[in-house]
Amino acid sequence: MADLSSNFLGIKSPNPYWLASAPPTDKEYNVVRAFEAGWGGVVWKTVGEDPPVVNVNGPRYATLLSQDRRVIGFNNIELISDRPLKQNLDEMRRVKRDWPDRAVVASLMVPCTEDAWRNILPMVEDTGCDGVELNFGCPHGMSERGMGSAVGQVPEYIEMVARWCKQYSKLPIIVKLTPNITDIRNPARAAKKGGADAVSLINTINSIMGVDLERMTMHPSTDGRGSHGGYCGYAVKPIALNMVGEIARDPETRGLPISGIGGITTWRDAAEFIALGAGNVQVCTAAMVYGFKIIKDLTDGLANFMDEHGYKTIADFQGKAVSTIANWQQLNLNHIEKAVINQDLCIQCGRCHVVCEDTSHQAIIATLNGKRHFEVVDEECVGCNLCVSICPVPECITMHALAPGETDTRTGKKVTGQFANWTTHPNNPMREVAK
Amino acid sequence: MEQKKHAGGICAGRLSKDEYAKNFSDSHAPLNRVQAVIEADRCYYCFDAPCTTACPTGIDIPTFIQRIAQDNVRGAAKAILEENILGGMCARVCPTEVLCEQACVRNTNEDKPVEIGLLQRFATDNYLAKPGTPLFTRAASSGKRVAVVGAGPAGLSCAHRLAMLGHAVVLFDANPKPGGLNEYGLAAYKTVDGFAQREIDWLLSIGGIDVKSNLALGRDIVLDNLVRDYDAVFLGMGLAGVNAIGITEPQATGLRDAVTFIAELRQSRDMATVPIGRQVVVIGGGMTAVDAAVQSKKLGAEDVTIVYRRGEEAMSASDYEQNWAKKNGVKIKHWSAPKEILAEGGAVRGVRFAYTRAENGKLVETGESFTLSADMVFRAIGQTYEAAPAGSGLSLTHGRIAADDEGRTSHAKVWAGGDCIYGGRDLTVEAVEHGKRAAISIDKSLRGRVAP
Repeated sequence: MADLSSNFLGIKSPNPYWLASAPPTDKEYNVVRAFEAGWGGVVWKTVGEDPPVVNVNGPRYATLLSQDRRVIGFNNIELISDRPLKQNLDEMRRVKRDWPDRAVVASLMVPCTEDAWRNILPMVEDTGCDGVELNFGCPHGMSERGMGSAVGQVPEYIEMVARWCKQYSKLPIIVKLTPNITDIRNPARAAKKGGADAVSLINTINSIMGVDLERMTMHPSTDGRGSHGGYCGYAVKPIALNMVGEIARDPETRGLPISGIGGITTWRDAAEFIALGAGNVQVCTAAMVYGFKIIKDLTDGLANFMDEHGYKTIADFQGKAVSTIANWQQLNLNHIEKAVINQDLCIQCGRCHVVCEDTSHQAIIATLNGKRHFEVVDEECVGCNLCVSICPVPECITMHALAPGETDTRTGKKVTGQFANWTTHPNNPMREVAK
Repeated sequence: MEQKKHAGGICAGRLSKDEYAKNFSDSHAPLNRVQAVIEADRCYYCFDAPCTTACPTGIDIPTFIQRIAQDNVRGAAKAILEENILGGMCARVCPTEVLCEQACVRNTNEDKPVEIGLLQRFATDNYLAKPGTPLFTRAASSGKRVAVVGAGPAGLSCAHRLAMLGHAVVLFDANPKPGGLNEYGLAAYKTVDGFAQREIDWLLSIGGIDVKSNLALGRDIVLDNLVRDYDAVFLGMGLAGVNAIGITEPQATGLRDAVTFIAELRQSRDMATVPIGRQVVVIGGGMTAVDAAVQSKKLGAEDVTIVYRRGEEAMSASDYEQNWAKKNGVKIKHWSAPKEILAEGGAVRGVRFAYTRAENGKLVETGESFTLSADMVFRAIGQTYEAAPAGSGLSLTHGRIAADDEGRTSHAKVWAGGDCIYGGRDLTVEAVEHGKRAAISIDKSLRGRVAP
């Protein structure tokens, strides 16, 4: 039986699932419910200096929905905790005392002055919590006041604040990164340089969910005006995976512990983050869509997956796929794949044909001997995977790699089995000449 | 009241007011917006969609479904109505299980096609409830006049397309109301709340169609005169004759044509006034038989039996229709041919049937027989084209008007479509297509693009 227990920076939890710093961890009541449901830990909703911030009383959330109203994406304009600091700290202390086996991490956001951090850290440490996460990620509201993503977008500030925190606290320091930046490696490097113990990512992405076309106002709006919110939920998972992978494989940050966040909805999503190097994961939107009970499915699925693959602990597969992420120029240009349509599974919708015909390489026929029939024309197929990606039937279209010795009928060239990438390709004016 | 329920013989008012209301309400509830959007999401938006190919009118089904998904009901209705002007009625009466829905690729893995018929109804009902600015307008007047005979699905479709193309149409019908089988055929629960007339009112609102009711071909109007007075003529009279059972039929109350019973039901405002037998036998195997049988049951008949001389698979009523009949308590008896209508004192008492079987494809009687008691017996073994009213100027094939793909008959100025021409499946949706194609052909001909 797989052991799901997690040890992230020495912070122990019975499973690798923490609730991310967000509305679900706003107060004791919610957190206790989460722990009762089985969550491994929480990063408490971000606290700041008193007096507390004030939230709008109009909509804070909005969703991007599928046709049957499943939540694809989610955004929010809620600020950090709008309750007094002491109240939050008291509750945190009580919860940690009552649930010693669970992780309780405090998320902090105070102005970028040494005093502010020196002042708040001891109070937080005094609660008995397990660690501190620096909220350098929230892109809405607080960033206008020089906090949140306004800090996360300046690597020098990240390094500076991380250093203060390590100086004024014994607790593990996690820097939460904003994705609203061109290259995620720079803030991660800065966090490491400042002495941070880990990074967590991604925070939310600047977004406007939509426009109410009847009222001609952005959506959601409060009294006719809206403000961009932080986008999260399932739709951001690919963005988050890339950023986690970038940090995991960057020589300068390799080995820096990562808490993976971004659209994790199922155990599979969590396993993917862990495979790309995350030591644990944080979840918010999925809980806000379905409630805390999903933790049972997240742990059960992950345990079954680990059992099936013989992984005894999370560490057994953590980072296992990182080395497969490469720069484009390192991809093998001699590797040839062709799409193959399984005629027994094909339901004849013809979408592969029309998208290939209209938007790609005219490599799928629609009729054979006057009958509706969809088949790949190897002579035209470049192996782009579009048909595989849009086919409504799982496993109906698959990619088949040509073996050495086979001929690519599109180019007439024989597959050599030799590796060759762009760095040595004759068409590359910047190619490296063989020494 | 309770006493009437089981009263022998033929009588009206077998049920309570509530029971009639329930029995004759919409037989298949329409989709609400939430259901429609979810169902629309199931459509794969196939390339060269098989459902569209299977639709006799060629409605671009993925397009109209996508428009429902995109909350564009007007656009969805337009995609339907530009190919099938009676798309609202067809959404109710089309045997979708053998047309578009049979072709749906979802069947392969799920045995559950996208509910195309219900989605079509959602789009057309919602559009017709609030049509807004006209979807279709008339081209500049061509100065040509076309006579359309028969205001059923074929005639209405033809008239509308001709009006769109700029021609002036006079639409003749033998009945007081236009609609043909839409108004006088079809089980009442398939088209409730006066939908047929509402749809026709909307169709006619394009203008340029002059409806002349109560004028029957061969009685009040003559084809030769129409040919003389109009630039072109379209015939869409349907099938006026009813097949006889083929045995001696006594003069007895309770022996009726299913089609007249169905028409009477459709025109009746109060189902409590429609008399029905306690035991009903319907002879036949098509949609008419099912409509008559199920409605008999819904009027309160205790035992209703459809008797068909061949097996289930040979019935022209689809599986879906047969199941609908069974679900409503109708018994279906196969392999039985009527031999004698039993009557006593001028009233039907039952029918004696011979058991049959197929022998080398031929139907033979086994020599055994049985009798079903009945106080009402409906003939529902098909309708026939009555050629006499149109005169002798038109060539026939197998007793119906011979027409080509465009509806052209043997007479250069006469087109025809719907059930009265040979070669179709007697479906409403096909009649609509015939009318549409004929109108396009007439237009081409009148504009001199093709030698008549």
